[in-house]
Formats: sequence, structure tokens, C-alpha cells
Amino acid sequence: MNFDLILGILQIVLIATTPLVFAGIGELVTEKSGVLNLGVEGMMLVGAVSAFIILVITESYFLAFFVSILSGIIMSGLFAFLVLFLMSNQIATGLALTIFGIGLSSMLGKQYIGTPIDGLSPWFFVIFSFLIVFLVSYFFYKTKAGLILRAVGESHNSAHALGYSVIKIRFLSILFGGSMCALAGSYISICYAPMWQEGMTAGRGWIALALVVFATWKPERVLIGAYIFGGVTILQMNLQALGLRFPGQFFSMAPYLATIIVLVLISSNKLRIKLSAPASLTIPFYKGR
Amino acid sequence: MNSLFPSIVSRSQSSGLMNFFVPIISIVLTLITGSIIFVLLGFDPVYALYTFFISPISSTYGISELFVKATPLALIAIGLSYCFKNNIYNIGAEGQLTMGAIFGGGIGILFHDTNAFWLLPLMIFGGAIGGALWGLIPAILKTKFNTNEILTSLMLVYVALYILDYLVVGPWKDPFGYSFPKSRPFSESGRMPLLFDGLRVHFGLIITLFLIFVSWFIFSKTIFGFQLKVSGYSPKAARYAGFNQTTLVFFAFAICGAFAGIAGLAEVSGPIGLLYRDISPNYGFTAIIVAFLGRLHPIGIIFASLVIALTYLGAEDAQLFLQIPSAVGFIFQGLVLFYLLGAELLINYKLTYKKLL
Repeated sequence: MNFDLILGILQIVLIATTPLVFAGIGELVTEKSGVLNLGVEGMMLVGAVSAFIILVITESYFLAFFVSILSGIIMSGLFAFLVLFLMSNQIATGLALTIFGIGLSSMLGKQYIGTPIDGLSPWFFVIFSFLIVFLVSYFFYKTKAGLILRAVGESHNSAHALGYSVIKIRFLSILFGGSMCALAGSYISICYAPMWQEGMTAGRGWIALALVVFATWKPERVLIGAYIFGGVTILQMNLQALGLRFPGQFFSMAPYLATIIVLVLISSNKLRIKLSAPASLTIPFYKGR
Repeated sequence: MNSLFPSIVSRSQSSGLMNFFVPIISIVLTLITGSIIFVLLGFDPVYALYTFFISPISSTYGISELFVKATPLALIAIGLSYCFKNNIYNIGAEGQLTMGAIFGGGIGILFHDTNAFWLLPLMIFGGAIGGALWGLIPAILKTKFNTNEILTSLMLVYVALYILDYLVVGPWKDPFGYSFPKSRPFSESGRMPLLFDGLRVHFGLIITLFLIFVSWFIFSKTIFGFQLKVSGYSPKAARYAGFNQTTLVFFAFAICGAFAGIAGLAEVSGPIGLLYRDISPNYGFTAIIVAFLGRLHPIGIIFASLVIALTYLGAEDAQLFLQIPSAVGFIFQGLVLFYLLGAELLINYKLTYKKLL
């Protein structure tokens, strides 16, 4: 293998992995505050389609990403309203968000399938994805606000007793997660693809969810996990192209199997999972009387 | 003077009346929201709603199709209620359905030139085993390694789908299929018998109704059903009473997997007749909505499965007559679940207006 080929593959891996980093880090922040949002895939799709439509209409990349992130905020705001104020079941609400998002994005994007656009260079976003991971890490471990957010995720009752607004902090964390997922989606439809197609995020939202557990809720490890998953995917494509007679399906299922194995490894040690997972994850907060 | 916004007060006992009304409220709210969406899209809402919800079932064929779609939904949903009653979040029914179709369908492919009375029962049995085995993986991981079942069961969906994909493009590909990714057709005795001539509604409906009845019996008349319910309400009480949580998790997953597996087999040996990639339009995920909408109650699930099946049919008609993508059905499914989950608040909490003065 020559140097150019390796460099080429590296570039492709960077470009392909970036949306996983965005969605993964967004979901990580949400989960750190004690909320599990299974709606990642739905928010990514709506983010992708809204960015695409706005780009076609206004031809402004800025507006496209702006509206896309707004769509993520609206979608996750809907989720936040249900799980925080109506105390609905987080797992079912997240699934509803994904199902709703699949439907909404397909309907909105129907007339835009096949519309050509000028794709945007992905490199700004690739760099930004690294930056955001380190910013989140800094926020969690070096700032007071980050400490409070983690405290809310660990024990909402204690945080409440100390006078912090559990609902407000969770609301903001959910909105951050939503905007990151929408950004991941818009990156796919504007930089990575660039086009719109129904269900074009192709299960990346579920991988992002798995990444958070894979990373044992640590921001830097999301980056590592994302690049392992991204690398395996690209490797599979290249080996296929080189004519390797090994069924591609087994490569495709590798990230999912790897997630299961990692889940087993980190959770079989009860102490370790207790220390890494936010203790209040999926438990609704009710102030009581 | 009362405050403008109601405050939420916990009920001492969940409201049975609300338990009955909440699904109805959520369906009504979904219809209202749906008409608003149709108006925004520039359609006459009455015509659009008629196209979506009435015209698909205004013929005998349409009603038969409604039951064809409701059959897998109801069967998976009643299986899911074994898990959900016990607060086990098995969201991987789609994978268990797929594995059931692979096991049962595999038997059908193996005996593709055999015509015998035992073939279909064997395939159904295979479907149940396949689904149950796939369901037992997260159960084992949960009980032995303390692994969260939400993610493992979900990941296994994709693993199962890729296995099916591998089989139908690889070893199980129809040698006479012009390289289409599909298997040989099953023999005539490997197909679900049709209930009426010329209609697609099949014997799977009878199996589903039977298993729903059995489940009703288990839930309301047996110790096992009682244990499921108690450990769902209060794991501590269940432990104190000496119920074995490990056994309950195993049974719940195995039963749910088996039901989903039978549903998958009923699809491939019913309307489809062979194995290929897209055997299920997300039945395994949609059944989660059915289970919630039916309040995990056998009768509720029957009605809920018909309502949700109608969103599938309506979406097809909307695509045909209104040129709306059929994914609009997912919007309705998402909406009904949103409203349901939001309105569930009314079951365990009540809204009161605080007196300000």
C-alpha cells in the first residue's frame, strides 16, 4: 500500500465518522443530566431534511445549518416537555420521537429527493467535532456548571435539595443533545452525501446511542469509539472493493456486536457500571408536595 | 381566585377511569393534529381523513387487509406486555421477529419440495424457538452480566437483519431467482391457510387470538401473572415475597421472543411465502406503540392493533390518492404515542388549581 492510499482512507474515515461524534457527544450530555433520549435517529433525520430544504430554497449554508439546529431544538424540546413536565416514560417517548422524525422527514423531503446541491467542504465540521468533544470534556470536569449538570444526573433529589433547578438543567441538556443530533444530520445531507434521501442517516442514530455506553459516559472515549466504528465501516467498504470474499453483512453487524460485548464487559463489573452510568438515568423527577 | 396554570398532584391510587380514557383521548388528539397537518399541506381535511381512515376499510378486502396488518402487531404487543408489565424494556422485538422468520422460514426452505401436514406446525415451532432464543440473549446478559436490556435487545435487531440479509443473498438464495435477493418459495403446505377465498387474512389471526386468550388467562388467573405484576409495581415487594426475578426475566423474554418469532413466521409463510430482505415494515417497533396504547391489556391490545394497523393502510392510500409519502403513517404513529405518554400523567397524577386568594 502506498502513502497516498493510506492518506486517502484516513480522509474518508474522518469525513464518515464526524456525524457519529456530533450525535454521540450530544446524547452524552443529555444522558449525563439523567435523561435517556432514544430519539437520536429521528432528530438527525429532521435536522438533515430541514438543512437540505433551506439550502435549496435560500442557497445560504448559514441559514441551512441555523434552521437545522433550530429543528433539533424544537424536536428535543417536544421530548423535553413530555419527559420533564408530563413525566412520561423516557424510553417510549424517545422511540415515539424517532418514529415521528422518520415520518416527518420523509414527508417534508419528498419533493427534494434527487435535487442537486453544491455540497459544502466537510473539513470545518471535522475539526469542529474534535473541538466540541474537548469543550464538553472541559465543561464537565473543569467548570462549576458542568459539575452541577453531572450532579443532576447522579442524584436529582440531592441537586434539588441544594437549590439547583433540576428541570431547567435537564431541559438545556436535552436541547443541546437535540441541536447536536440535528447538526449531525445536516452534515450528512449537506457535506457528506450531499443529497436528500428518505432514512439517509441509516441507523447512525442508534450507533450514537451505543457509543455513549461504549464510552462509559466519558466525552473523549466517544471520539475513540466513533473512530473505531467509523474505521470498521470504511475498512469493510474497501475490502469489499478489493474483492475480498467475506460477506459484508458480517462487517456491517460488527459495530452492533462490539457494542454488546463492550456493554457486557463494562456492566459485568457492577461497581464499574455504577460509577460510570449517571445514577438517575431514565428516572423522572417529581418535586412532590 | 385560582391560579392560571394547574399544578400536578400525585394520586394515591392510579385512576382506572383515566386508564380507560387516556388511549381514547390520545387518538382524538391525534386525529385533530392530523387534520391540522393536512390543512397545512393544502388538503381538504375531511377528504384527507376520509382517505386515510375510512376508505381503506370500506371494502371486504380492506377489512381483511386490516386484520392482516393487525395480526403481527397484536401478537408482538401481547408478547411485549409480558416484558413491560415487569418493567423489562425489550425493544428488540423486530429482531426476534426476524430470527423467528429465519428459523421457521429456514425449515420451509429445507422442505421446499415436501407437501405434508406436519410442515406448517414445524415451521411455527421453529419460528417460536428462533424468536425465543434471540430474546433469551438479552435476558441472559441482563441476569448474568447486569447488562442493560434496552441497548442489547436493540443492537440484536440489526444483527438479525444482517443475518437475514446474508442468508437471502448468500446460501439461501433462490437458485432460480435470477439473482434477486430472495429465497425459494415455500411449498403449499408450508403456507398459512387462508381463512376466506380471495382474501389475504390467514390462519395467523387464529393463532394470535388464541395466544391473546392464553395470555389473558396467564395475566389474570395464574401465580406467574401475579408475580409479573407485583415485581413490575414494586421489585422490593417481589423480592420480599420470594419471587425469583431471574426466572421472571427469562420467561418474559422467552415468551415475548417466541410470540414475535411466530409473528415473523406468520408473515413469511402467510402473505409473503418466502424469505427476503424487507419482511417487516417495522412491526416489531410499532408493536411497542400498540402495547402502550392497549395499556398492556389483552382486549386493549386487540383494539390498539386495529387502530395502528389502520395507520399502515391509510398511509398506503394516502400515497396512492393524495401523493403523500406513505411515511406519513409514522407521523400518526409517533403522534398517538406522544399524546398517550403525555396524557398518562392523568392516570397517576391529578391536575388541581391552587387557590391564590
